[in-house]
Amino acid sequence: MTATGSPQAPLTARMRAIELVAIGASAGGVDALLTLLADLPVHWRLPVVIVLHLPEGHESRLPALFAERSRVKVHEAHDKLPIEPRTLYFAPAGYHLSVERERCFSLSCEPPVLFSRPSIDVLMISAADVYGAALAGLLLTGANEDGAEGLRQIGRAGGLTAAQDPDTALSPTMPRAALALRRPDVVRPLAGLREFLIEMDNAHAQ
Amino acid sequence: MSRTSGERDGRPPEPSEDAPDDALPGALSVNDIELRLLMEAIFLRYSYDFRDYTGASQKRRVHYALGQMELPSVSALQERVLRDPAMFARLLQYLTVPVSEMFRDPGYFLALRQQVVPHLHTYASVTVWVAGCSTGEEVYSLAILLREEGLLERSRIYATDINPESLAQARQGIFPLEAVRKYTANYQRSGGKRAFSDYYTAAYDAARFDPTLCADVIFADHSLATDSVFAQTQLVSCRNVLIYFNRALQDRALGLFHESLSHRGFLGLGSKESIDFSSWAGRFDTLARSERLFRKKS
Repeated sequence: MTATGSPQAPLTARMRAIELVAIGASAGGVDALLTLLADLPVHWRLPVVIVLHLPEGHESRLPALFAERSRVKVHEAHDKLPIEPRTLYFAPAGYHLSVERERCFSLSCEPPVLFSRPSIDVLMISAADVYGAALAGLLLTGANEDGAEGLRQIGRAGGLTAAQDPDTALSPTMPRAALALRRPDVVRPLAGLREFLIEMDNAHAQ
Repeated sequence: MSRTSGERDGRPPEPSEDAPDDALPGALSVNDIELRLLMEAIFLRYSYDFRDYTGASQKRRVHYALGQMELPSVSALQERVLRDPAMFARLLQYLTVPVSEMFRDPGYFLALRQQVVPHLHTYASVTVWVAGCSTGEEVYSLAILLREEGLLERSRIYATDINPESLAQARQGIFPLEAVRKYTANYQRSGGKRAFSDYYTAAYDAARFDPTLCADVIFADHSLATDSVFAQTQLVSCRNVLIYFNRALQDRALGLFHESLSHRGFLGLGSKESIDFSSWAGRFDTLARSERLFRKKS
């Protein structure tokens, strides 16, 4: 998948432009995210923002969970927090998370989208609006269709899109919905998506 | 702008495939320019200042309004809004976010009871400002809390918002019964001392809250963006309002709160809001970090 000159060469070129990674997951998402993101390489550079559907009113334990398993910085995405390299950001429960033109986060209490708040669509559409071709979006396991539209809009804005292979997802509805709307650039099992991420970060470093 | 089927599910709409937004990276897109012009037009025409609201959420709400009003573009909306005040009144309902709940974040109200109420008892009279009260859920929550703590009789609450329809709804104190079930759980976790149903009468699918709770509540039109301080207060509660403001406007609002608060007065914010990045950070002590309760420094 890495060889330059292969049919994927344009993909490698597009990887170099990436400055932010947005990831969405729902049912089965905690394990999927651990497989994808635990122990990222020491030299990891890209900022990564993650929406995992959570029940409202429950504080997310994800930042603590990943802080233990990660050598990069891990934060809950607070209001107006600037987006910085080498950091994983998790959306807090009960708020929509957006990316602002100033390259910081904003939160909002707008009504749930597809029964979800935070909504993956809201994050991805706002991030695509700001980052365009410098955004990569990944959609993982999930039991509803949130994120499919977001991933489509990332693709339309010139960004890179990837979905977990539905046949390998604990809950295939979410990646399947994404595939039905617009074929992502990359469709792989989690191990392949992790390779994709690491390759992208290496390209970004060059 | 095409309205897609997705909008009916509450999804934001998007530029149509045949009209790509081909602005250079970093440059303002046509959409963003239109939005900025609309906010300028609203300010010049109606003196409502949305110019320093955060972009992503504002964009979603304007585009949702476009769909509901069946208008083709933000520019078309601007033309209608400029010429027709009724159209602006409609748009205002989309621009503000009237989503609230009673006793949202029960830990906040518990911390108020435990850490702020004892101080409020030392005052002969107490003035509270609920800034950005929307449809009043937080006002009724605070009134219930103050009554249970024996403070309501000597308290005055100013409940302010920029949306007159929200204020009218807040005055009525009628909330959907379905929502009240959730509020009941919140109330119990917030340190509530009675049965929540003591505070309302249910009729059909609505709960009407005890009007005596609001005997000393003044609902008033007030903008954190353009108005100034109107009273000295001991507690300001402004939760999930500042998240819609950019840093400059957040600073302005926090400045108003600081000016309004009496010596060592209390400030409560939303659970994910912060004063850390503002120029007022050094002017407040943190009373309860995760509950977002602050106290004016002497």
